[in-house]
Amino acid sequence: MASSSVFLLMVSGQIETAEFPEYDNIYCRYCFTHGPDWLITSGLEEGITQITKKSRDERQMFVWNFPLDVTFKSTNCYGWPQIVVHAYGLDSFGTDVVRGYGVTHVPITPGRHTIRVPMFVPESSSLLQKVTSWFLGRRPEYVDPRVVAQGEGREVTRVKSQGFLTISFNVLMKDMKKLGYDIQPSDVLNPIMPENVGMATTGMSEA
Amino acid sequence: MEGRSRRRGRQKDQLLERGEDVDGISNPSMDSETEAAYQTFSQTEGESSAAEMAEEAAEAEHLVKDLKTRRRQRKKALSKLTSPKEDVAGELKSMRSTSRQRVEDTIREEEMATLSAEETTTAPIPPATEDGLATLPTDESILPTEEEIKATEASKEEAESIERAEAAPSAEPPDTERSTKEQPGTPRAAPTGAEAGSKPFGQSSMRARMKERLAKAKEEAEGEIEKEAREERDRQRSLRAQQPDSRYDAVTEAELERTTEEKQRQLRLRWEKRGQAPPSDKMTYMPTAEEAFDFFTRVWEPEPEEKKDEDKEEEEPKPSTSKTDADEEETEARKEAKKDEDVEKAEDEKPLLDDADYDEEGYGPTAVRRANITSPDKLQEAEDKLLFIPPLIARPASEKVQEQLEPRFLEEEGFYVGVRPAVSARNKNKMENRLLREPDKGKQWFGEDGEMIVFPDPLRPTPSRPPMPEEVEPYLETVFKKAVMREFDSRYIDGVLDGSGRYQLDVDVNSIMFTHHHLFSREHVLATRLTQLFTQYTQRRSKNMVNFLTDKLRALKSSSLHLQEYILGHKGEMSVVDRTNYEKRLQDYKFEIRQTRSVRDREEQMDRSLIKNIIRTWKELRSVREQQHCTNTPVKLQILKETVDKAQDETQWQMDLEDEVEEAREEHADNYARKMLICNEQMEKWEKQQAAKRDAEKKLKTGRRGSKASKASKGSKGSKQGSRTDLQDELGEAEMERYQEILNEEDLPKPDAPEEFDENAARDQIKAKFMSIRRRPGEAKLYPELSNTMTVTPTSDCPRGEQNRREEVSRCKLFVKVLFNNKEVSRTGNRPLSQEFRVTFGQIYNLRIVQWPESIKFQIYETQGLSARFLAELYAAIPEASVTSQSVQLEEMEFSSDEKLEFGHDAVGSGVPFKFDATASILVTLMTSGTISTSVAWGVNEDGQPLVPPVSQSSVTNLFAAMKKMDPLAAIGATGVVNMEKLSKWFQESRLDPNDPANADLIYLLGSRSGESGPREFFRLEQLQEEFDLCSEADFAANRRFQMLSLRDREVAEFRTAKMVPPFEREIPRDAFAEYERKQREEDRQKQIDDLEGVRQAHSRYVQKIREQVIMRFRLASHQKRLEDMVVEEAVPNIAMLGISLMRLSEPRRPLKPLRKERKKVTAQAIKGDEVRILVNIIRATNIPIRKSQSLAAGGTTTRELDRKPTIRNIAGETMVHPYVEVMFQRNTVRTSAGDGPNPSFNEELELPLKAPNDDFSPNALQGVQDYIYLNLFDEVVVDILEDDRERETAVHQRLEKKWLGNIRIPFSTIYLNGKIDGTFRISTPAVLLGYTYDHTQGGGGDADMPMEQSEEITFLSLFITIEPPLIQPEAVKERFDTNEDEKLMQFAERWQEDLQSLHPRRHYKTSVIDVNGKNVFLTRYFKALKPPPEIEGKANETQQNDFAARYVSLIPFVSDSVVFPGLCDIWSTCDQFLQMLAGDEEEHAVLLTNLFLGLGRKAYLLLGSAIPEGTTAYVLTEDSGEYYIWNSATGKRYSVHDNYCPLQSVGCLVNNENVWANVHQYEKPSQMDFNVNSTASWRPFFGRSNPSPGLGSIQPEALIYHSPNKNYVLDLQEKIEQMLKNKIMEWRSRYITRWNRHCTQIMRRLLPKLEENCGCAMEQQDLGELEESFRSYKVSGFPVNVPFVDLNTIVEAVFSTGVHSQETSDIEFALAVYVHGYSNNVLSIWIYVASLVRLR
Repeated sequence: MASSSVFLLMVSGQIETAEFPEYDNIYCRYCFTHGPDWLITSGLEEGITQITKKSRDERQMFVWNFPLDVTFKSTNCYGWPQIVVHAYGLDSFGTDVVRGYGVTHVPITPGRHTIRVPMFVPESSSLLQKVTSWFLGRRPEYVDPRVVAQGEGREVTRVKSQGFLTISFNVLMKDMKKLGYDIQPSDVLNPIMPENVGMATTGMSEA
Repeated sequence: MEGRSRRRGRQKDQLLERGEDVDGISNPSMDSETEAAYQTFSQTEGESSAAEMAEEAAEAEHLVKDLKTRRRQRKKALSKLTSPKEDVAGELKSMRSTSRQRVEDTIREEEMATLSAEETTTAPIPPATEDGLATLPTDESILPTEEEIKATEASKEEAESIERAEAAPSAEPPDTERSTKEQPGTPRAAPTGAEAGSKPFGQSSMRARMKERLAKAKEEAEGEIEKEAREERDRQRSLRAQQPDSRYDAVTEAELERTTEEKQRQLRLRWEKRGQAPPSDKMTYMPTAEEAFDFFTRVWEPEPEEKKDEDKEEEEPKPSTSKTDADEEETEARKEAKKDEDVEKAEDEKPLLDDADYDEEGYGPTAVRRANITSPDKLQEAEDKLLFIPPLIARPASEKVQEQLEPRFLEEEGFYVGVRPAVSARNKNKMENRLLREPDKGKQWFGEDGEMIVFPDPLRPTPSRPPMPEEVEPYLETVFKKAVMREFDSRYIDGVLDGSGRYQLDVDVNSIMFTHHHLFSREHVLATRLTQLFTQYTQRRSKNMVNFLTDKLRALKSSSLHLQEYILGHKGEMSVVDRTNYEKRLQDYKFEIRQTRSVRDREEQMDRSLIKNIIRTWKELRSVREQQHCTNTPVKLQILKETVDKAQDETQWQMDLEDEVEEAREEHADNYARKMLICNEQMEKWEKQQAAKRDAEKKLKTGRRGSKASKASKGSKGSKQGSRTDLQDELGEAEMERYQEILNEEDLPKPDAPEEFDENAARDQIKAKFMSIRRRPGEAKLYPELSNTMTVTPTSDCPRGEQNRREEVSRCKLFVKVLFNNKEVSRTGNRPLSQEFRVTFGQIYNLRIVQWPESIKFQIYETQGLSARFLAELYAAIPEASVTSQSVQLEEMEFSSDEKLEFGHDAVGSGVPFKFDATASILVTLMTSGTISTSVAWGVNEDGQPLVPPVSQSSVTNLFAAMKKMDPLAAIGATGVVNMEKLSKWFQESRLDPNDPANADLIYLLGSRSGESGPREFFRLEQLQEEFDLCSEADFAANRRFQMLSLRDREVAEFRTAKMVPPFEREIPRDAFAEYERKQREEDRQKQIDDLEGVRQAHSRYVQKIREQVIMRFRLASHQKRLEDMVVEEAVPNIAMLGISLMRLSEPRRPLKPLRKERKKVTAQAIKGDEVRILVNIIRATNIPIRKSQSLAAGGTTTRELDRKPTIRNIAGETMVHPYVEVMFQRNTVRTSAGDGPNPSFNEELELPLKAPNDDFSPNALQGVQDYIYLNLFDEVVVDILEDDRERETAVHQRLEKKWLGNIRIPFSTIYLNGKIDGTFRISTPAVLLGYTYDHTQGGGGDADMPMEQSEEITFLSLFITIEPPLIQPEAVKERFDTNEDEKLMQFAERWQEDLQSLHPRRHYKTSVIDVNGKNVFLTRYFKALKPPPEIEGKANETQQNDFAARYVSLIPFVSDSVVFPGLCDIWSTCDQFLQMLAGDEEEHAVLLTNLFLGLGRKAYLLLGSAIPEGTTAYVLTEDSGEYYIWNSATGKRYSVHDNYCPLQSVGCLVNNENVWANVHQYEKPSQMDFNVNSTASWRPFFGRSNPSPGLGSIQPEALIYHSPNKNYVLDLQEKIEQMLKNKIMEWRSRYITRWNRHCTQIMRRLLPKLEENCGCAMEQQDLGELEESFRSYKVSGFPVNVPFVDLNTIVEAVFSTGVHSQETSDIEFALAVYVHGYSNNVLSIWIYVASLVRLR
């Protein structure tokens, strides 16, 4: 294991803005979830942003510009890291309630990505519950926000859309190719051809 | 502007060459003019944006700090000219972090400058002027001096001006600044000002700091400066003498001199620049590097005087309008310049001047000094000098144009002059005035017309940008989209309802003609038939099949003949293959001929019969007409006859006949040959068989004879086999059988030879055929001709019936509905039926469609009066895309109706049999039928374009196309696969032409198959799976990484937590799989160990296996999330609960009633090391056995003697026993102090540390702790070991000995799961306690109703145990498991349970439990009468049997479920699983015991409740003739329900195989309850009248399989345990010698089996006596310990806890006997008798 091969995924970026119509005083918490083959080598796995008020213009935008900076180490693409963001805010009674959960994968291609993450909250299971939860300011929340990063058990929940969150990622990778992953984005102008493809065809034609 | 930038560029170059900071000094002050203009435009510029300033200040501050250190260096370096400012200024200018190098360069240069300045003492300033920066120090060095002067002067204006200069944003001091007073300030501001050209500067804090710094620098530099100044002064003095300055009269000479000097210099610089540079920007000169170098190195010669004049001249063109001050300054400047001229040339000066200019505008050093109060007049005066207030009056144009020019108006001359921007005249005048004050009167700024040059108004009156509509945020924009309706089967052509395309179907309903109608008369029927026959006839005639076939036949014949000839002719030449080919062809021809002939024959026959039929029908028709005396139909038949030549016919006939005969012969010949061949073959076979049979018969006979003769047989085969007779015999037998078989075979039929060809018969046959089907020779040819020429009889002439019929017909009307996709889209009008039974509609319906046509239907209705009758329904074909309404032709479609109608009149009706006439015997039944002529075609629009849906080449298959979309298999073309086998077979048979392009598809299809060996005989479910496989299964198995990943995915224990699985196989550590594989191997091995220990291990492995299975199931279950697992949600507060809580508020406060406070639970993380303790509070013990004799303890008489006497209490107060309790847990021991007497009160709290495995206090780890808490009751005996009695007076020498009296064993899990244990417990005492007896006078005194013999021998201990701090208990896995039970039952159970629970929340109710499969099982299923182990048969009476059963069960080790299945809920295993595992908790024990009781025929129930110490538990309740007993199945103890000391505290429910009864008693203690389950007041049954039992089957096995214990193992184990214990005891007593008393051991060995027989109860007195008898000379203390066998360690632990070994003396002997009794299924009872013997002295 002296020279264990890993690849690195460096993610920096920002939780930039959000749109939560009707709400104000929002802050976010985020955490990264990842598979068993991943390790965070540097940076924060979790964080909490400042509270922000919506802008006083027609955009009604919440701006955090909260920096993310984390580096992952991994041996396996399985369990690619996801960022789970859960936003909280004060309701009309001043209670801290959840305003949205959102999740997105860290982009799998290097470069800059801006992702608009839809946010949602679990719904109360009944109307009565809804009323009481509104009164008591104890809205239904996920037991563990990380469940939004996985599919298990989601079928039992009902959620409501709440808004959007914009996250920008700057993704950098190291040694992906060494482990056989080709992650370069391919487009019409610069198609990426795996190296061995051409070789194989020439080999065939020779044969 | 241009000039400036150029100049700057040059400057830059120069500076760069010198390595100067370009930025630092670049951005030189704007040209004076520009600046002035700038200023006039924005007078507030000085206080420019504060933010900017703040920013800069902050930056500057930072830089300043940075510079401090540097400055210190420099201070040293600069011996004379020290000024920190310019550094700061430089830094500030750059606005970037300055490079140290550069600064140092500067310093160096400065030094150099200074040096040169010193060198050229005559000219102190000029050297510096060479370089922009170099000038600065000079300036500054002068400056402080001046300041000082000012300070002394205390001129207020000056201070102001200084500030103002500093604050001035521009490098350009306004005209007002030109006042002499202000002058000194200007240079000070120079460094700042230089920068201020680009950014305004004037931060006060900055300034303050500058001042401060400056002050310091000033002090340092003062000396030098003054010196320098003095030199200068000297020099100037002469000059001043020429031009005395009146203004400075008041000022002292020195001051004046200095100020003037400075001022002059400044002014000169400025004027030089202002007056000279602007007009001749190009002339601005910056010294080249060379020159600069020269400057430093060269010794300059004094300048000639004329230079000065030049300067003067230059300045002369200044406007005369300028103030006198200016003039003064000018002159001074001139003087100054003159003075300087001796050092350098004018050219050299220029750039320097420029630079100096910037310096001026920078800031200078300031000093804080006290305020100078100047008199207002003075101030006014000064201000007047200083300030210029531009007047608002307009100036005449002549002033503004150049002197000699007249104002010229371009507009008048015809030039285009733009519109001037609107500026108020006031402002304009102000500006003009300002400009006119400029040195050159601002001529640059005025145009030829005397107006200021102004660009035309750039603003356009109209907006150039096209008006844009309000842009909506794209994501806020609402886009209307119509809801799309997409049907699954995509019936819509364009996918949507409102298709874009126009598709049209034209349906033409033309006419209906009835071939039969219920209103037909008989004549009609016949006429129709006739018409039909005739139509048929005409059709046939037009086809003329007979002729065609005859021709074909002829052709075939000739070609066959030809081929035959060819074959004969070329026989020799042809190869074998060819020949067979030809022959085959010949055969084919012949076959064809035969085929064709038969077809022709058939045709001929049909023709003939058709004609016959026509004629017959016609005849009938005629007869009918006659009969009914009228004609209803116009049908008329005429027959034409054609006579023929008979002779010719005959020859033809004959020829045909011969031909056919010949053919028949040939055919027969062929057949004959073939048949002959077959016949011969069969014949041969037959003969063979016959021969074999004969042979066999013969053999059989000889064989029989041979066997009779035994060995003499010389059977041909037998002899060949060898000489061994028995073999021969056997063989003979075999042969015989075979022969017999042959004989028994059925005889093959003897084949018959084929018949010869009989020509005559054949000829006759053919002739007969000819006769029947052919026109005979000479017979005339008949041609029928049908016409509708008959006149129909008018209605009035008809008979009555016919009239009625006709009327009916005329009333009859018809209409047709057109249905498209089963929807009616149109219907025709009601058309009357004609007498000919025709209806003509002639209507075309255009259907515009949006759906794919699936069906087009016509429904024909008949109306008579108002009612419509459905006649028939028929489908039209959906037209091909090519069929359009232009090309379509009407189509006849037949229909019929099965309706039954009968009429009274002449109509024949429909569906009813009728006769044509009375005589006719044939009944005819006709149904209404007819043809409708319609057409369906695609519509065509005006342009002739067909309105066909795009992909409707085959609109019928559209459905399939749609299906294809849904069906992935169809997508890959897997559907509609034909049976290739059959297809290819058919292809072979039909001999299709492979070259025919029409068959190309087929050929292709089949051709591709040719390579395949055969049809696939399997069906692949996921046929594409292979494509998606990452790698093959084998690769997968071989790759360790993949394996690891998949094992991890399966959550296999070893890999569940694997992290960072390496990406390459090679990086996986070699030993990664070692553990896993070892386990796998072990599992495979299993059960091959013949040791008893091994058997135990096998059990534990089984447990392990079950456990893993269970865990797996639970894992699956845990992956099924419920809402509660996902979402935290506040439960809706219950109204009832709200009420209760409200009630509580109103409750009276009871401060004296202590409430137990909930202790705070501690999480595992918060616990460190040994903080966790088990608290044991021992309150009291009752009924402790007492020593039989005090004297014994004292070492006096033998027990025996004393036993005889009644126990007497020692009056002296000596107690009979000194009991104390020792608590042992995890080998840690604590004890109470010794109490007194049999009922001591301890009231002591003991603490024991709790060691968790791996210091992990998490619930999961703690659940696995298997340790027991032993509470041992000891008697502390004081043994006097004083050797010498004489010393008794003086010395005490005693030894404390402890005698074990009994113990309580509580598993840790019980404490952990219950949190605390509180109560009075029965101490399990040994069966035999030598030397102790119970104090009958005391024990059991309390309970009168208690059986005496029980109460007196039971010792109780009251205690309280808990864990401190309280640990978090494992969360029970929420029970949500599958169940195989009926849904209804489970629901009812849930309701039932909830009901009861709400009534009695504390009681323990249960209806279903979880079995090892993780399924919910209804409780009663666990019960079934099971046969007890065979040993029970030895028991005499019922009680003994019961006891034995209980004992048997209790001997099965107790293991808590939490240990077996950590983190899981309670799991109930069935009895066979229990016996297999040989471990379980209360439920398993209780269930087994109940089942055994049931097996014994007792009435038994499982009792669920709670007990101490177990908490929630299961007991067994038996009923025996009205008496109820409660059994603790884990200990085997029986309690009466009335026993107060029964550990059972509350009863929840009773269960047996029939029902579940819930306790609804008021009380729950067993002693207070009535156990009659039939009383509904106390027990509520689960299955009652309302819910009858469905008769749930048991999940228990049919019977338990008991296998008897292996004696050898048992003995082995016994040996093993004994050996081990001996070793252990010796080990524990390592300080002393341990001696073993063999004799005692022997006796004990004899004793132990007896104990076992008694089921662990006390043995009879005589046995005890025997034992005691044997040890008369010893003081014996010992007891038997009985434990179930779990493993060796448990036994050791049990012995250790008794403390027998802890006799701290060597003078002691030990006896140890072990007896293991094996019961069925390896249930072992282990008896250990340990005793210590002390020889009595």
